[in-house]
Order: sequence, then structure tokens, then C-alpha cells
Amino acid sequence: MTTSSNLLWLIALPLFSSAILILSGKRANSWGHVLATIVSASSFTIGVVEFFAMHGRSDANRAVTQKIFTWISVGSLNVDASLMLDQLSICFVLLITGVGTLIHVYSISYMSHDHDRRRFFAYLNFFIASMLLLVLGDSYLNLYVGWEGVGLASYLLIGFWNQKPAYATAAKKAFIANRIGDVGLSIAIMIAFATFGDVSFAGIKEHADEASSTQLTAIGLMLLLAACGKSAQFPLQSWLGDAMAGPTPVSALIHAATMVTAGVYLITRSNFIFDEAPIAQLMVLVVGGITLLFGAVIGMAKDDIKKALAASTMSQIGYMILATGLGPIGYAFAIMHLLTHGFFKASMFLGAGSVMHGMKDEVNMRKFGGIGKFMPFTALTFGLGYLAIIGVPPFSGFYSKDKIIETAFNAGGIKGIALGMATLLGAVITAFYMTRVVILTFFGNERWGHKDEPAESPALMLIPIGLLSIGSIAAGFIFSKGDGLVNWLQPVVNPLKEHHAEEFLPPIIVSLMTLVAVMIGLTVAILKYRGDQVAQAPEKVSVLVSAARRDLFQDEFNEAVFMRPGQSLIKILLNLDYILIDGLVRSVAATSLSAGVRLRTLQTGYVRSYALMMVIGALALVTTIWVVTA
Amino acid sequence: MAIANYLYLSAILFTIGAVGVVVRRNAIVVFMCIELMLNAANLAFVTFARVNSNLDGQVVAFTMVVAACEVVVGLAIIVTIYRSRRSVSVDDASLLKQ
Repeated sequence: MTTSSNLLWLIALPLFSSAILILSGKRANSWGHVLATIVSASSFTIGVVEFFAMHGRSDANRAVTQKIFTWISVGSLNVDASLMLDQLSICFVLLITGVGTLIHVYSISYMSHDHDRRRFFAYLNFFIASMLLLVLGDSYLNLYVGWEGVGLASYLLIGFWNQKPAYATAAKKAFIANRIGDVGLSIAIMIAFATFGDVSFAGIKEHADEASSTQLTAIGLMLLLAACGKSAQFPLQSWLGDAMAGPTPVSALIHAATMVTAGVYLITRSNFIFDEAPIAQLMVLVVGGITLLFGAVIGMAKDDIKKALAASTMSQIGYMILATGLGPIGYAFAIMHLLTHGFFKASMFLGAGSVMHGMKDEVNMRKFGGIGKFMPFTALTFGLGYLAIIGVPPFSGFYSKDKIIETAFNAGGIKGIALGMATLLGAVITAFYMTRVVILTFFGNERWGHKDEPAESPALMLIPIGLLSIGSIAAGFIFSKGDGLVNWLQPVVNPLKEHHAEEFLPPIIVSLMTLVAVMIGLTVAILKYRGDQVAQAPEKVSVLVSAARRDLFQDEFNEAVFMRPGQSLIKILLNLDYILIDGLVRSVAATSLSAGVRLRTLQTGYVRSYALMMVIGALALVTTIWVVTA
Repeated sequence: MAIANYLYLSAILFTIGAVGVVVRRNAIVVFMCIELMLNAANLAFVTFARVNSNLDGQVVAFTMVVAACEVVVGLAIIVTIYRSRRSVSVDDASLLKQ
């Protein structure tokens, strides 16, 4: 395997820069954002160089490794802190550093009025470093370090404006939901070590067929739990909507393009486990299917533009997770959708940020309307992202989503039909809610009341959006041209291992069905939201709408099923501790105390009474001896 | 003279001493009664030495020396108590109770 000394710099540069920005304090206020952006761009440059170097090598020699140091060497457990860049990681490296750099540039302008901008950039750089470690680690343990790092970065950035209690609570909520997933990952690592005596990807892949299916299923399910936490999948999905409390560039980078897709990466990276564990794979499909509809339904009812986009992210990641559950061919399509989604969703989030910038931080779409006239560039780029996400050819979402729907139908039997219909229904709903967002924001009557006319954002914000839009237009075509991405990822995920023997539906039929589905959703939304709207959300709505507005009761469910019983359990344990453990200790103390109180009355202090006692005692002793011996 | 008479005398002296310690309040008298008990014991020792025809009991009778030292310390304490409390009653010196 080829070694490279560049990989460490990918991570080290943003990490150092983050440390410098944190440690140098206010002195760095004037140049901190520039340093952070340059460092991010440098990482991207290294990524591009590595990509072309990799592209130049033959299939078998594409992966490169770099050992940094021996991390753990205890008995049979040997873990090196070493990095591995293969065909899968490079996709992520380019996405993270590429989109990351654009968002750095955007943030310079977006955060220019915030007096804590330096700290913001320090966190962003820390996030980039952690995320790169996550995708570059060559073992589950190295991945885990990055996994925790991005969790911390996400927490810090969601709660960036922690002077508002609600935002600080949102950060805590995200962190706790992620912790549950992290526990899953750590248990998966423990089972893997117990089973294989190794935690590296290469080592486990080699011996995966030697383990029993129970062990593999257990590892798979725990990895799925981890993925659910990080990627906001059912049943750990509730944090993502609240995570929109963070600044919009954070929502674009962390909660749309990169971090939340780490679960998809984890499952794809662990393909050798899931391919051998059908039950775990089925659970992946179930989770993906539920979440893609769950997110879509929530997305239909949200009036907050960022929360609508967050629900959409949840739904789109549901598509990716579902694709990873479809076996070898699905992984490549999941990654393709992940990359195209990274472009168009980031561009839409940045567009939403641009709208908020023009609308004085208003996020309620009911109070938007007709903004397209005033912010033409934002509207145009948002529109391109919109066409990409609903899957209109030839925009990028069409290629990736169409492939997922097609693969779902081809899964075979009732499973295939159920999954196919779920993904198709998801496409209808996606078209509906995205059209709703676009109409409410950019078209129709102006509903912002007495506020000033929104002005187009500065160029520093528009250029990154524009570049991401190019990605939303072209990425799908480039990735799917000649099965480019599928062939590229083939050595990692082995999608050509099994040839799907029969096609349930020919690709052209699936594409037509998808287009019809999109048209249905689009038409319904246009019919419903054309004409003038009012700035108030309707009060009298159906049960389904009010449920969707409250996130399908996900918080109520968590509160009733987990939080309240958890609190009761803790109360019981506290009482048990107080009564049983403390009671035991306290009763010993009380007994000796009362014994002392009683016994001390014997001590009269009168010497003569002590003497009498002695005499009586001596007499008793003598009498006893006399009686016994006589 | 029967040897038992010495032992009877010893027992009588000891009993007088013990009763004196228990019933008298004056520290000096109590002290003297203690001395009486000590010497009653010494008398018994010497008697048994005579009975057994060896010197073991005589040697133990050297406790009189120890008793003399004890008298010095004890009287000093009594004098100190008297100086501070103007009383030599043992019942007044009962502060160590409870």
C-alpha cells in the first residue's frame, strides 16, 4: 500500500489554526477569519492534489496510508494513530474541504457584525479537522475520535449564540441525542474487538466471514444506532430541527452537507459487516424508509425556512441510509446522493441565510413573499438547488435520487415494492414541500409588513452560493457519466460483486414514475399556494398538519417514553440510596450514639461509687472462684 | 500463735480500709484507708511467706516503697485540689462525670 506524508497536514492545518485562533484571543480579531479561510483552502488544495495523484494510479494501488504514531499497544490490542485515504475517503475530503472553504468565505460576510467572529472561525476549523479525521481514520477507534470531535464542534456551533437560553438548550439536546449514538459506536467497537481482536477496517474486512452472524448482526445494529444519532435518523432524529439555532453557515456545513452524513459514511465504510448481516441491513432499510417519510411529512408543515430545510435534510439522509441498506450496489448511490445533496442543500441553506440577511433575521416564511424581485441572484441559485432536490433532470438530484428509487424497486419481492413506493412517495412530498418553500419565499404577495425592502446580499456571500449552484447543476451528470462514481468506489464497496439478476422495472419506467411523482407534488403545491397568502399561519388545521407542525410529536414521545421514566428511575434510585445505603450507615451511627448516651449515665464522677463497684466486683470474683473450686 | 490469726487480722484491716474508702468523704481519710488496705495485703503476703518457708512473699512486701511514693503524689494532688477548691471532699471533685 502506498504511503503519503500529506495526509497529516490535511488535519493538522485546520487543527493548528483553530488552536491559534482560540489561544490568541482578541488580538486575532482582525485576521482570524482570513487565516481560517486560507487554512481551509489549503486543506482543499492538498485534497485536490491527492485526488489527482490517486486518479493517476491503478485501481489496486489507489489507497494511501500514513502512520502517525503508535497509539495503543496493550497485549493483543495494537492501534496505530494512522490515516488512510482511499476512493471513499477522498470523496468526503473534497466535499468537506471544498464546501467547507466556500462556507468559510460566506461566513466572513455573514458573521461580519458578530463580535465573536474569530471564535466562530476557530470552531469551524476545529470542525473541519475533526471531520477529516473521521473520514481518514483507518480504524474504528480513529474514526471514533473524529466522531466525538464533530459532535463537540456541532454542540459548540449550535450553541454559538448561547446567550439565548433556547439556543443553549438546543445545543444540549443535539449533544445528548448524539451521545446515545456514540454509546452505540463504542459498543460496536468493543464487540468488534472481542470478536476479531482488531479494530482496523482492513483487519475486520479480512476476517469478517469468520465471525458468527449473531456477532456481525450485533455490531451492525450498534453501528446503525451510531449512524442514527449522528445522521438524525429515526428514532434519534429529534435534535436536527432545533439544531437550526446555530448560525446559518453552520446549518449549511454541519447540519446539511457534512456531519449529518457521517452515519452514511459509517455504514458504507462498514459494508463488509452489513453485507454479512441481513437483519442489520433490513433494520437499515426500515430506519431509512421511516425517516425519509418522517422528515418529508414534517417538512410540509414547517413555516420556519431553516426548519423546513432541516426536515428536508433528514428526509434526504433517509434516502441515503435506505440506499446503504440495499446492499453493494446501494452504497455507491448513497454516496452519490450524499455528494449531490451536499452541494444543493448547502447552496439552499446559504440562500436561506442570504434571505435572512436581507429580511433582518426573519425566518418565518409566512412573512416573506415576493423576495425574488429584490434578491434575484439568491432566488436564482435557490431555484437551481430546488430543481436539484426535487429531482428534475438534468439537475444533480435527479441522477442520484432516481438511482436510489430504481435500486429500491429492484430489491426484489414485497420488500422492493414497499421500498420503491416509500421512496416514490418521498419524492412526491419532497416536490410538494420544496415548492411550498420556494413559492412562499420568493413569489406571491409581499407579506413582510412595515420592514424595509430586502436588499441583495454582498458578493462575498453570493459567490460561494453561485459556486455551489454549479455543483447542484452539474455534479449528478458528472458522477453518473459512464457510471463514473460507481466504478470509482467499486474497490471499496464492491458494488459489482452481485449482479442483480432481474430488473423489477426497467430504468426508463422508474425515471418516468419519478418524474410523474415530482409533477404531482409540484402541481399540488402550486395549486395550494398560488395567489395571495396571509402572514399568519392558519389556526384551524387538520390533525395531521398540527401533528407535523409539532414534529410528529417526536419531543412529546421522547419526553413520555424516555425522559419522564428516566427521571422516575433516578428518583427511585436516589430514594433507594437514601433509604438503604445511607440508612444503613446512619443507623450504625445512631445506634452507637444512643448506646453512648445510655452508657455514660454510669459514669457518676463520684470516686466512692467507683470504689464500691470495685469492691463488689472483687467480692463477686472471689465468691465465684470459691464456688467453682469448692 | 496460730498462723490463721495473722490472716484474720489482715482481712479485718482490709475490710476496715475498704469500708473507709466507700463511706468517708474526706480525701485524706480515704487516702489513709487505701494505705490500710495496701498494708493489709502486705501482712497477708508476709504471713504466706512464713507458711511456705520461702522469701517470695517478703519480696512482694517491698510494695511499701511504692506505697510511699504514691503517698507523695497523692498528697500533692490533694493539696492542689484544696488550694483551688477550698475543699478536700472527694464528692466535690466529681467533674469528670458524663
